[in-house]
Amino acid sequence: MEIVHVYVRRRGDFGRQSHFSDRPAELLVDIGPDPPLADGFIHRDPRDVATQSAQEMSEHQVNTERFESESRGINHVEGGWPKDVNPQEMEQTIRFRKKVEKDENYVTSVLQLGSVMENCIKQNNATDIYQDYSEDEEAADEVQEPPAAKTVNVFRDPNEVKRTVTGLSWHPDGNRKLAGAYSCLEFQKASKDMSFDSYIWDIENPNRPELTLKPVSPLVCLEYNPKDCHTLAGGCYNGQIAFWDTRRGSQPVELSSVEQSHRDPVYKLIWMQSKTGTDAFSASTDGQVLWWDMRRLSEPTERLVLDLSREGSLDAALGASALEFEATMPTKFMVGTEQGLVLSCNRKAKSPAEKIVCTFDGHHGPVYALQRNPFFPKNFLTVGDWTARIWSEDIKESSIMWTRYGTSYLMDACWSPVRPAVFFTVKMDGVLDVWDVLFKQNEPTLSIKVCDEGLYSLRLQESGRLLACGSRLGGASLLELGPSLSTLQRNEKSLVAAMFERETKREKILEARQRELRLKERSRSEQSREDDGAKEADGQEDPEELIARAEADFFSAIDAEIKRRQKEEDKHREKDVCEEKEVRNGAE
Amino acid sequence: MASEVEETLKRIEGQRGVVGTVVCNADGIPIRSSLDGVATAQYARLLRKLTVMAKSAVRDIDPQNDLTFLRLRSQKCEIMVGLENEFLVIVIQNLHQ
Repeated sequence: MEIVHVYVRRRGDFGRQSHFSDRPAELLVDIGPDPPLADGFIHRDPRDVATQSAQEMSEHQVNTERFESESRGINHVEGGWPKDVNPQEMEQTIRFRKKVEKDENYVTSVLQLGSVMENCIKQNNATDIYQDYSEDEEAADEVQEPPAAKTVNVFRDPNEVKRTVTGLSWHPDGNRKLAGAYSCLEFQKASKDMSFDSYIWDIENPNRPELTLKPVSPLVCLEYNPKDCHTLAGGCYNGQIAFWDTRRGSQPVELSSVEQSHRDPVYKLIWMQSKTGTDAFSASTDGQVLWWDMRRLSEPTERLVLDLSREGSLDAALGASALEFEATMPTKFMVGTEQGLVLSCNRKAKSPAEKIVCTFDGHHGPVYALQRNPFFPKNFLTVGDWTARIWSEDIKESSIMWTRYGTSYLMDACWSPVRPAVFFTVKMDGVLDVWDVLFKQNEPTLSIKVCDEGLYSLRLQESGRLLACGSRLGGASLLELGPSLSTLQRNEKSLVAAMFERETKREKILEARQRELRLKERSRSEQSREDDGAKEADGQEDPEELIARAEADFFSAIDAEIKRRQKEEDKHREKDVCEEKEVRNGAE
Repeated sequence: MASEVEETLKRIEGQRGVVGTVVCNADGIPIRSSLDGVATAQYARLLRKLTVMAKSAVRDIDPQNDLTFLRLRSQKCEIMVGLENEFLVIVIQNLHQ
């Protein structure tokens, strides 16, 4: 049944301003009760109503401000004695004790407990009641936990002006200390009151760094000496190398001379395996790789200019942004450049020209990280632009495996020291990616957002369980990896070896095919150009010649196109003429 | 009576692996001990605190219940605490395996 209210207005009144006014209530409809309908309903008695008389609660999370705490020892003195007994006085204490021993309660209690105690002791002596009998059974490893990692600690830059953590290094013994190099790599963004200090942290104490290192210029990279755990070497923003001994304090023990050092920030410094344990080499974007002996930092022992034309000229040199050295192959090392090339070099080559053995061209931007797989030294990982690539030393044309182009720049990467198939990358959006090539190849197995700002550096501890990554605002986060990521799986080594071999073979086949195609092209173009007598575009050409050739090609292409079009037009016109003729003929 | 107590405690101390015994009262004052002063004071004080907490835990769950025995097994030894009538008997035993 509808309740409707109708009112009438004259057409002429439309559009006028509405005047509202009060008026008494008007009864429109009155629906009275309908007794016959009531018989269709039954009263419900009793009724069940559920109520809850609990307190209303809501979930709320609170994070307190960091509470600085220090461990201190206190010497306790004996206490608890009743007032009249002086604990220092032997007599009084003895008297008190004797009194208690006479107490009835005491005697019964001790006798009672004595028997209970004896029971337990004999039990212990008889057998180990907590022995695990199910240890011999094979652990059910079908149940694989999903790969997980969680942040254990964050070490923040204690200074007001936050600097980026550009380098990290674990202490070689015991792995309880982490050294971080702090600097500002953004061009001219370093403010005047930015401190130059870098810190060594004890991983148990994130509140205060254990040791402060005070260089003359901010450190871009820092490495512990694997042979002597008290010494460290660091590369500075101004190109110098500094050498510290932690037993001797925060000032560098030795500093290389400014004239002989690099001219650009030292991006990477690696200690070498040598008898003296004091050799290291460093690389910088000024195009040089310098070898140093830490006892005499006044000048480098050896110098290499990364010039592809093998002339040793600094102008044409490629800036180095990553360095790699494997102790099992002491004469070889690899350099990753700003231009995206990776150079493989031999230290023991006879002449400087032969030092650079071969190049691998892969990235569109600077190569920020370069590391050989600790289990398969022939394969190495590079990271630069938005991808990470795995290479095999034999294939120089391209990488054997690579990731998709990510959304943000990859800044650092490293292999897991315990699992040959796992590597880690950090990105500019603060995400740490864990890649397991045996599990998933096109996506990271695990992506963790460590912090909001970009992550610049990454280092794994030798045990493979702890990982430190450094961010742009000076926070070094320590993450612990779940057991599935830090223990060697069954057959992993053989599977990874097989995978690398397979990919290498695939690339080899592709490379061979490419070469064939190129040869064919070349032979074809050779034949066509034989008559012209033009030179083959082989070797290096002057940029001007290149431009001239490009122009010539361009114009000849345009001419050819114009001629072609003209020909077509002529053909059309001819056809029209023919048709006309036909028509006329037909008409006639 | 006192001699029986002595006998009992001597017997316990003579068992294989037992390092020492401490008997203390409700206030944590060591009445009798086979260890030296410092260790005695330490064991008495610390275990007294622990037994108080354990006892309150048991009684919170069920007020009719009460703590009678506490066994603390660590890597090197086992500490057993027996409670009766507000007295504590603490025995420290080495694990031979």
